[in-house]
Amino acid sequence: MKFSRIYAIFLRQLYLVKSNPIRLLSLFMWQIIEIFQWGFITKYLGHFGGAVFSFTTFILGAIILWQFMGRIQTGIMVSFLEDIWTSNFINFFASPLKVKEYLLGLILTSLAISVTGIIIMVLVAGLIFGYSFFIIGLYILPFLLVLFIFGVAMGIFITAIVFKLGPMAEWLGWPIPALMSIFVGVFYPVSMLPSYLQVVSWMLPPTYVFDSIRMILSGNFNVGANLLYGFILAIIYLFITYLFFLGVYKKNLKTGAISRFSSEAV
Amino acid sequence: MAVIEVKNLVKKYDKFVAVDNISFEIQEGEIVGLLGPNGAGKTTTINMILGVLEPTSGQINIFGKDLKYHKTEILEQANFAAVYAHLPANLKVEHNLKVFGHLYGVKDLNNRVKELLKEFDLEKFKNHKTGSLSSGELSRVNLAKALINKPKLVLLDEPTASLDPSVSKHIRDKIKNYVNTTKSSVLWTSHNMKEIEEVCDRVMFLVHGKIILQGNPKTLAKEYGKKDLEELFITVAREPLSLNNEI
Repeated sequence: MKFSRIYAIFLRQLYLVKSNPIRLLSLFMWQIIEIFQWGFITKYLGHFGGAVFSFTTFILGAIILWQFMGRIQTGIMVSFLEDIWTSNFINFFASPLKVKEYLLGLILTSLAISVTGIIIMVLVAGLIFGYSFFIIGLYILPFLLVLFIFGVAMGIFITAIVFKLGPMAEWLGWPIPALMSIFVGVFYPVSMLPSYLQVVSWMLPPTYVFDSIRMILSGNFNVGANLLYGFILAIIYLFITYLFFLGVYKKNLKTGAISRFSSEAV
Repeated sequence: MAVIEVKNLVKKYDKFVAVDNISFEIQEGEIVGLLGPNGAGKTTTINMILGVLEPTSGQINIFGKDLKYHKTEILEQANFAAVYAHLPANLKVEHNLKVFGHLYGVKDLNNRVKELLKEFDLEKFKNHKTGSLSSGELSRVNLAKALINKPKLVLLDEPTASLDPSVSKHIRDKIKNYVNTTKSSVLWTSHNMKEIEEVCDRVMFLVHGKIILQGNPKTLAKEYGKKDLEELFITVAREPLSLNNEI
């Protein structure tokens, strides 16, 4: 594995952003809008129940973390789609680039976008709504790690689906974060869900993150086991989705889909 | 030693045989033309050599190594340009060359990019979006990308398709010059028979996935009783079986 090849994939996206500032704006605009929207909603809700529960602390924290994970997933997907839209697949895969280097390049790109996004969101939330992202201390780091790994796994899963079914399947990738937010307890505890849906929830790593945040905010710092489960699950998802992508790539090598993505499919 | 050694290469899609048990070699410093009508299997063959299409059976050795097991090492020393493989249109010319330079692990990349921009007369376009270039300019950018890592093997799939004669000649001269100075090998597909006659040391005719004849492009047509390579091509494309009667 060579870093220069991973860097090439990252550089390709960096050049795109540098040459088009509007693209840069579109990357972070929605996150800023979300912070404003939820910031004012939580401020309003605070008038009713602020004495017993800090809506701002929980909701804005959850929004920032959820956006971080969603950005990782969509960042990988959009960078991948960029290669489909510009018919660039054959140039990359007929080069010395290895599949894992390509994926690492996509991950590096989405990490850069997500980290920049989280910094902007934290700044806006802090300056406008007085929210402190680090209120839960260093626990934020393992939370981010679990969400990052799972976001990568979901990103790889969606790219593999698009790689398998073709560019028309890209729409499948967009609603995934919203769909998953129903199950993982971003806005409400998982216990609010019917028991049969809770089974699904506890199979998803972010559930352990958001459950842990609630535990910490209610004064229970005993979240080690919870985070460990989330971490192990995220690693398992990452491993399975990587194998899935590899399987799709190998099948596409047999069917000729890699070269067809460039010349015909778009 | 042969730079490319293809042995009994087959590619099947269900019952359809796209490439039917072909074998050939390309030596160091040799430019070989792969000719044939549309759908003959030329691009399929090139895609298998580039490692983006898995053969059904057969073996491809490049630089003495099996492509199946040494793909990355081999492709570090090879490159390609194809009429259907577009560089990202939304990147600037210079940026595209830098991205591919990193991909191929080019040392002293900034100087190599400057060198190629100058050689292919692209300096004034270096800050232009690749998609905004004319087809002639685009072909020069594609070729600059194909030579960025100073490859020992270059695969060119219709590199001059739809170009005017002047640009085509410019491209041919650049490739001939590159081969003369580096002793690299080239596999070249084209439908322009005059171009093939001018550039190639040897040609292979592919029809329905089979190599049905090969030889020196300057003498091959005469050997088969044809006026020129174009007439031979037409016969090969329309009625390949008739060639047996004319030998």
